[in-house]
Amino acid sequence: MLGILGGRVYDPQHGKDGEVGDIWVKDGRVVAAAEVDRGRAEVVDAAGLVVMPGGVDIHAHIVGGEVNAGRKMRPEDHRGHERARSGTMRAGAGGTVPSTYATGYLYSELGYTTVMQASAAPLVVRHTHEELEDTPNLDNGAFIVMGNNHFVMKAIADKQPERARDYVAWLLGASQGYAIKVVNPGGVENWKWGRNVAELDDEVIGYGVTPRQIVQTLAGIADDLGLPHPVHIHGINLGRHTSARTSIEMIEALDGHRVHLCHLQFLSYGPGPGHVHRSEAAAVAAAVNARPLVTVDVGQVIFGSATTMTCDGPLQHRLHVTTGGRWINDDVESESGGGIVPITYKASNPINATMWLTGLELFLLIDDPWRVYLTTDHPNAGCFTSYPQVIRLLMDRGYRREMFDKLHPRARKGALLPELDREYSLGEIAIITRAGPARTLGLAAKGHLGVGADADITVYEEHDDKEAMFARPRYVYKGGVLVARDGAAVADVAGRTFSVAPPYDPAIETDLRTFFKEAYTVSFDNYSVLAGGAHTEQVACG
Amino acid sequence: MSPVVENVSCPFCGCLCDDISVEVEEEAIVKVKRACTSGLGIFMDYDARPRRPLIAGREVEWDEAVAEAARILSAADSPLIYGLSSSASEAQRKAVALADRIGAVIDSTSSVCHGPTGLAMQRVGEPTCTLGEIRDRADLLVFWGCNPDASHLRHFSRFSLTPRGTLTPNGRADRTVYAVDVRPTGTAKKADHFLQVDIGSDFEVLTTLRLLVKGREPAADTVGGVPVARLQELAERMKTCRYGVAFMGMGLTMAAARQLNVAELFTLVAELNEYAKFSVLPMRGHGNVTGADQVLSWTTSYPFAISFARGYPQFGPGEFTAVDMLARRAADAALILASDPGAHFPGAAAAHLDRIPTIVLDHGPSVVAAKARVLFPTAAYGVDAAGTAYRMDNVPIPLKRVISTGRFTDEEILDRIIEAVE
Repeated sequence: MLGILGGRVYDPQHGKDGEVGDIWVKDGRVVAAAEVDRGRAEVVDAAGLVVMPGGVDIHAHIVGGEVNAGRKMRPEDHRGHERARSGTMRAGAGGTVPSTYATGYLYSELGYTTVMQASAAPLVVRHTHEELEDTPNLDNGAFIVMGNNHFVMKAIADKQPERARDYVAWLLGASQGYAIKVVNPGGVENWKWGRNVAELDDEVIGYGVTPRQIVQTLAGIADDLGLPHPVHIHGINLGRHTSARTSIEMIEALDGHRVHLCHLQFLSYGPGPGHVHRSEAAAVAAAVNARPLVTVDVGQVIFGSATTMTCDGPLQHRLHVTTGGRWINDDVESESGGGIVPITYKASNPINATMWLTGLELFLLIDDPWRVYLTTDHPNAGCFTSYPQVIRLLMDRGYRREMFDKLHPRARKGALLPELDREYSLGEIAIITRAGPARTLGLAAKGHLGVGADADITVYEEHDDKEAMFARPRYVYKGGVLVARDGAAVADVAGRTFSVAPPYDPAIETDLRTFFKEAYTVSFDNYSVLAGGAHTEQVACG
Repeated sequence: MSPVVENVSCPFCGCLCDDISVEVEEEAIVKVKRACTSGLGIFMDYDARPRRPLIAGREVEWDEAVAEAARILSAADSPLIYGLSSSASEAQRKAVALADRIGAVIDSTSSVCHGPTGLAMQRVGEPTCTLGEIRDRADLLVFWGCNPDASHLRHFSRFSLTPRGTLTPNGRADRTVYAVDVRPTGTAKKADHFLQVDIGSDFEVLTTLRLLVKGREPAADTVGGVPVARLQELAERMKTCRYGVAFMGMGLTMAAARQLNVAELFTLVAELNEYAKFSVLPMRGHGNVTGADQVLSWTTSYPFAISFARGYPQFGPGEFTAVDMLARRAADAALILASDPGAHFPGAAAAHLDRIPTIVLDHGPSVVAAKARVLFPTAAYGVDAAGTAYRMDNVPIPLKRVISTGRFTDEEILDRIIEAVE
């Protein structure tokens, strides 16, 4: 039993915006004061301190095939970021792609307690689950990529959406996944022919379906199945000067559906002078503002080293050719692909500088903080350890201006950012880092401090320098257990993996046995991670 | 009729064929279908008799063996943990936990096999794909310094040479096949074209191909024993294929220039993607050597040759690779998990294993097991233990327990040793 007493509580879901109050914890949950035997409870004096729910990251690449290939490829990324063994806490190494144990501890040290793995191809999701088991201190879940899935595209081509729906429901259960993820719909399949898609109505080779049909079908299925999290989309043309236009077209095409657009910064550019894109954040934000069912995360660029990794295979090839950097590609039979390219973002590079200000403009121009969430698309735009810096950029316009003045002049010219005076409040930061993502994920016990919530609690010391404040929480509790203190991890607790298993017509499994013989080199019975695999906690649909 | 277990995965090689059927009678395997001759041995020759652990050849109780293993490891200044690749990822994870706990050096059989492939990947990346993409799409196959005809016996029929796939409905007839090697191998005999390169000349031949792909003309008529005209023909095929795949093996990693050969091939493949779709696939050998790379990478950030001596992981190929640790007499105790460095290491390294106390976990006999200070006869993953292994294309495959023998798994023994050293 635990009491965190007299702190200034930021719990946006319950309308608490810094009111002084007590939080009581019993058996890993937040409880009413009356339920606690005060004589036996451990008491933390939080007077003058800021109390928030534990952080919730809605989109990060922390485990699985692409992350591990990134770790393996970049020994230079880890050196100088080693973590020694301490008590029961395991040794590891950080950098932009930390080892699993280091990832858990580093998130604890930032006050985060829940992180969703942004992508997993179902063929290799057993690997994702193995790594999640070795990632301490974080509750989690995996998004399952389906935007280039052969069975889905065939069902669309055959005008059998109910087959696609049954298959998606089966696949989520079989992979112990949490949500439907779409990455460059159709473009990844076309990359297996050395091509891509550029428009929502381009054709996918061999299927005759379009990116528009794929996203509309999958968004409809997510709604139909009542999945806790809507379809989670990485759109087409990421990084290109046509991306803002196609992002807006995507939002319009999905009107009426719940939809989450991830790392939208990377998809909010328009054509600019020379070879430098310009920010079209204003137009994209206007489209988001106009449609209340749309949520986004930003994918804010952080200057410095990053490791780009995505299922968007053609994008990564282009990045490799552009930068000359090392390149991993991995085409995954019948369902996905992907690539990895290390990169360094520099303020002195006009393209990188434009990406940086595009992200901040999105944060500042999307009106409703409940619909825009803090991410760096870790480790694509930067490492999650930079979140405190992003918070400072949002809360402190003087600091923002100081950083802006260091950008390449071509990026500064005509930029909207200096005109945006908005500063986020602590309450709004609590929304974009906790309450908002938890709500959009449909994780009812996360992101708030009401009775029944998981006792994931972060206590900060208020500081004028918001980066310093958020980089070093005084106490971090995960399920009521103290996991970090004064910015240092102190304990190692197992994370829980959330999954969904919506119902489906079992007749689909007969079809799948036939499909598998043609589509896979792994037998149907060995594909599902339910075969001697992961142990997850089901979240209800509907 | 005896019960038949279907869709069993064979843990022998990196193909991890998971379509094997195994007939079991009273916890004994009586019949195996679809396995190759190597895989057949895994199941049919398995000695399932219960065995007790040995200390210096003397049968002891499990507790005593665990205590002795813990004593050896705790007393050592520089313990080495080696092997991993014929065990399951669950046990590999425990092996890293033990290395972390006792400050050991940990290394897998990768370091004497595809270690240079890993170094090449760190240098230039690796454009690759899963085996199903090869079966379904590939119309050009290039086997370079590898001989799956002898090493991966069902690779040709399941994945590469002959199977019918969605875009290769006519099987073998839909594929053009090259073999490049220093001698005419079984694989070369099955290829449409064989290019015999002089020993030690792979790098020059690969560089020449890169030139030709870029439309440049080499000064010589013959490179590494291969007429440039034949390389020109290959370069043209590579640039105009639908989906090309290069397979590579020890012929590149263990020849002079090692990782430079591999990096040159990987670079060629990367460059080809500006003309056609092209992938490369290292022909990983042991059943779960790919899993060893994976597990070591996610737990430590590095794929092999890792030291925990300073409390945190350090990567040092040439320094912390097992052969080097032993040949330099830098290890003063060793735990060998499911491999036989006694039989396969160079003389100086193997000789040092005779000088230091060794702890061996293995399901069968081996040179290193015969000389072990402490021997744990464990269960075999895929036969009498369930677990996870990673195919050569990084696809994780479940290994089934097809018979129950009551033997402890590697994972259980490592867990007990970890408890005992604490």
